[in-house]
Amino acid sequence: MSTPQDINVRQQPAVAATGSGTDTILATKQLTKEFGGLTAVDGVDFSVTEGEIRCLIGPNGAGKSTLLELITGQLSPSEGDIYFDGNDLTEMDTHERIDTGLSVKFQSPHIYESLSVEENLRVPLQRTDRPVEDVLAETLDRITLADKRTTRASELSHGEKQRLEIGMAITLDPTLMLLDEPVAGMSVDETADVAELIRSLHDDGMTFLVVEHDMEFVRRISEQVTVLNQGSVLTQGTIEEIEANEEVRRIYLGEDA
Amino acid sequence: MSDNGLAETASLDRIRGWLEGPNTYGNSLPFWGAFVVGVVALAAYPQLVGVYTTIQSARYFALAFLALSLCFIWGYAGILSFGQVAFFGVAAYAFGIIGLNFSSATGIMAGLVGAVVVGTAAAAIVGYFMFYGGVRDTYVTIMTLVIALVLNTFMAQTAGSEWAIGAAQLGGFNGMDIPSLTLGVGQTGFELERAALYYTLLGALVVTYLGLRVLVNSRFGLTMVAIREDEARTETFGYNVPFVKLVVFTVGGALAAVGGVFYGSWGNYIDPTVFGIAFAALPVVWVSVGGRESLLGAIGATVLIERMRTELSSGIGPIGSEWALVIVGGLLLGVILFMPAGVVPTVADKIETFRARRSEKGQSTPPTEEAVE
Repeated sequence: MSTPQDINVRQQPAVAATGSGTDTILATKQLTKEFGGLTAVDGVDFSVTEGEIRCLIGPNGAGKSTLLELITGQLSPSEGDIYFDGNDLTEMDTHERIDTGLSVKFQSPHIYESLSVEENLRVPLQRTDRPVEDVLAETLDRITLADKRTTRASELSHGEKQRLEIGMAITLDPTLMLLDEPVAGMSVDETADVAELIRSLHDDGMTFLVVEHDMEFVRRISEQVTVLNQGSVLTQGTIEEIEANEEVRRIYLGEDA
Repeated sequence: MSDNGLAETASLDRIRGWLEGPNTYGNSLPFWGAFVVGVVALAAYPQLVGVYTTIQSARYFALAFLALSLCFIWGYAGILSFGQVAFFGVAAYAFGIIGLNFSSATGIMAGLVGAVVVGTAAAAIVGYFMFYGGVRDTYVTIMTLVIALVLNTFMAQTAGSEWAIGAAQLGGFNGMDIPSLTLGVGQTGFELERAALYYTLLGALVVTYLGLRVLVNSRFGLTMVAIREDEARTETFGYNVPFVKLVVFTVGGALAAVGGVFYGSWGNYIDPTVFGIAFAALPVVWVSVGGRESLLGAIGATVLIERMRTELSSGIGPIGSEWALVIVGGLLLGVILFMPAGVVPTVADKIETFRARRSEKGQSTPPTEEAVE
């Protein structure tokens, strides 16, 4: 964003947790979610380091989306804790978690269909103390929808809707941006646009946690990858390490080792 | 043009900026011209018609507050309450109870304030338990209707002399007397009746309408619309959705309460049918017909439908009110089938389409004012 220096002005120090030291910004501890007899997330210790783009991959049913919903508070955990930027999120309501510096974009577009593009952006933006008109213009440029400012959101293409929703999420100027399959259903060109958008936001200092299926897209944006399988962390590392890992190839990429 | 004129234009533009926006219909100079003409015509109306018609019209205005209360919470925040009559009726009873016990002008003025506070507080309590308890959508509709029906049953059995609060006998099905609205201090007061009540209600209605326009076009209005469109998503932008809905519902309750006080003091009488299902359904009909997202549509539909009902029952006797029910039912059915958004939004959209097409044809002539949104 335009004011990356703001991001680091947080009162409390980041939680020291399982990861790589004091710059860990998000950490889950023994996080567990059970649905009846099914354990969707099973004692996950997971962390995101400030300033990175971390991708969360894994086969269907691995618990990726559940983990995301536990972080944002759509679901409450059966056991375990979630720490973010000096806050214990575990008992907080969703809107309180957002106020600690999180922002999220879920998999299917959830925009306000009957409102214009501009109004869609104003909804999250008007809550912040950022200069509304400046950020609005800048965000419209960033998501390349400046010429559709007054268009009804229902008239946008799928890719434009996805970009709009990312735009809405980033107007909050979050410390950590959570994205659930941001390029699902997108064309090759649209995917490239989103990858570029994420990279440019990252260059400005935004931290990302991206749940993704598309390995090509992961390779494009990611530095660090965590592999989830059957509700547990299987392994983590750089994209090269992950792709070289035989167990990952067998389970996730469907190859016989 | 003088500097003074320029300054005037600038401040007029500023006022229009508050009143206009994407959340209301009628954002053009012609609209405001027609609005002023309409208000002037309504102000002249008592001079043109008899006392009876003036008094009846005051009743329609009182009911229009009830319509605005539903239009505001349903049209803008998506909260369909079938029980706005509960807060309307509670305020009317509260006004009667306070007014009968303190029958000075001061007492009645206090009753006005007290009754609105009671009605508003009732809405706040109901809203708190619903929205913080996670009650949503259809369940809100059912729960609010049940609250009205429970009040109906409860008030119906208050006929005995033990059901008295000070000098006020609740009276069961026989109803309760309610004093007229009185302006004044101590024992010297001016009773608002006939034309005076008409003008008071007209003024209050115009002010309330303009105030609600400012509110729905404000940041808070955008928040309400966002919650109506997608509650879960709005929460993930950091909004405290239950709190916002509570505020909206409480404001709606206050509007209904104001209407209830006016309505009770208009007829000097209130009875439990105010909580009954037949009356509870009327605000939903008015607002559906006029247009959920049009405050003026809700007011207009209320006045016209209620006038039609009154004329029918006074014109052709008891059978007239039966016919009125059939017509109201038919009207609701017709609107839902052919104009699901209501009359005013449908017509306004037609006008906008027409204007857009016309300006497309004559590309060289730009539109003279912002199109009716």
